[in-house]
Amino acid sequence: MFEKILTRNFGLPRSETIGAYIASGGYQALPKALHELTAEQLIDMVKASGLRGRGGAGFPAGRKWGFLPKDPNVVKYVCVNTDEGEPGTFKDRELVEKDPHQIIEGVIIAAYAVGAQRGFVYIRGEFFLGVKRWIKAIDDAYAKGFLGKDILGSGFSFDLSVHRGAGAYICGEETALIESLEGKRGEPRLKPPYPASVGLWGKPTLVHNVETLANVPHIVNRGAQWYAGIGTPKSTGPKIFCISGHVKNRGVFELPLGVPLRELVYEHAGGVAFDKKLKAIIPGGASTPMLSVEQLDTTLDFESLEAAGTMLGTGAVIVMNEDTCMVDVARRLMRFFSHESCSRCTPCRNGTRSILGILERMEHGEGVPGDVERLEELARGMQGLTFCPMGDAAANPVLSGIKLFRDEYEYHIQHKRCAVAA
Amino acid sequence: MQQNPKVADPAKRSMLLTALYIAQEQYGYLTEEAVERVAQRLDLTVSDVYSMASFYSLYRTKPTGRYVLQVCEGLSCYLTDGAERLVDYLRKRLSIEVAETTKDGLFTLQTVQCLAACGTSPAIRVNDALYENMTVEKVDELLETLRGYHV
Repeated sequence: MFEKILTRNFGLPRSETIGAYIASGGYQALPKALHELTAEQLIDMVKASGLRGRGGAGFPAGRKWGFLPKDPNVVKYVCVNTDEGEPGTFKDRELVEKDPHQIIEGVIIAAYAVGAQRGFVYIRGEFFLGVKRWIKAIDDAYAKGFLGKDILGSGFSFDLSVHRGAGAYICGEETALIESLEGKRGEPRLKPPYPASVGLWGKPTLVHNVETLANVPHIVNRGAQWYAGIGTPKSTGPKIFCISGHVKNRGVFELPLGVPLRELVYEHAGGVAFDKKLKAIIPGGASTPMLSVEQLDTTLDFESLEAAGTMLGTGAVIVMNEDTCMVDVARRLMRFFSHESCSRCTPCRNGTRSILGILERMEHGEGVPGDVERLEELARGMQGLTFCPMGDAAANPVLSGIKLFRDEYEYHIQHKRCAVAA
Repeated sequence: MQQNPKVADPAKRSMLLTALYIAQEQYGYLTEEAVERVAQRLDLTVSDVYSMASFYSLYRTKPTGRYVLQVCEGLSCYLTDGAERLVDYLRKRLSIEVAETTKDGLFTLQTVQCLAACGTSPAIRVNDALYENMTVEKVDELLETLRGYHV
């Protein structure tokens, strides 16, 4: 049985309170970091732990910390990304609702390491309970002296506040998040420069997903070596997987990176619901290419999933059974992407709408020969041509779906109906 | 001569999302007057504020019913018999189409993108509250309860 680290308090009564967090050993990493370690040592520690971002891109966290300028006279910021919106993903909401102090402790340590004195939590506007939990947790952390001036007598000061987004998936992208915090439309910026050099109000900014930050106190408490021993050599540490769709036990499962997909689906999630046959799996949220049944032995880590032609993404595994129409799945996902495109870049704005139009036509039995090729052409036309990764993300469900289930697409066109629901 | 567009204090502009929420709360939705007042207070142009209000889906520029029923149409909700099925049910039950409001002004039906409740799908959000593992029976109960507050 894998020792739960990030979700260890989820089952405790009132697990979201500061009392529950402290009683379970919380806020012990903070004095250690502030009194015993230098900023440089902390950055080295996180680098050595191998911690990689949990928001989707998987960038090494320690390297990101190292990119911020060391000059103490430069104003720097930390942003906490709680704008979880990737279909299939619900781990960040659970983390914030059930153990917000674990994240706060991580933010303070990260801020100390990069020399930021001001932090902003950006949370999805829809997460009403999450907003309340964040505000209460921050208030309680101030009352205990973990936030504010001269934290625990260390001379380090840090302020943190909560900012509510207003319904835009794209604001989960770090530069769009920054734009939104500045009170603008959440349209991604062209990179480089990256936020580590030019971020919020033009200042160097560290943006992290909440799950990434939740790992930090544990690395400080138990050491980089211990952390690097969990998972695979290149994908270290625990990961909160979200599993949904056609499985018996849906929910979050914390497991070491590198766990086989088969084990997650059949042991932890109890297998396919109603004893149906498995058809396809999306391994890391709506933006990641889907896998076939033959790929069940792929392990869930950054490098293996990349080798399998897909991505770990947010670790949101969506399971689909034999009764699922793959054209309809693509149509649903494209409705999402076309709705959420910020419309700044033409390939994404027009590409998602045109693809959706063709998929809707096919669903209504009005597909025409050549549609599959048109879909492929449109999807390829979005890859690598947009400011942010959304163009690529939107192309993925279509291209991977056609690659695995081309015959189903052709069936829709030929027979004017679905092969599955027949 | 007319002044150039106002150059606003960047920190002041950061209050825009919050200010729009407050205005929406006070006015019920973002009326012209609400938008103008926000623009005035933050030294922004009206069109700039409108451009924000139209970008973010949680701002309303039209009146809605007392309860806004937002049915999640995310993939996981769809796979677990939610999404369209619940939308269709609500359309019939309330005799309105998506984006419309019932005659008594109680309910507005909307579809929304993934609510991050995929492990407990299908999900519906009613104003600020999230309802998970929804069925048509539970939808009926919910409507009854909400109606009960306004008899």
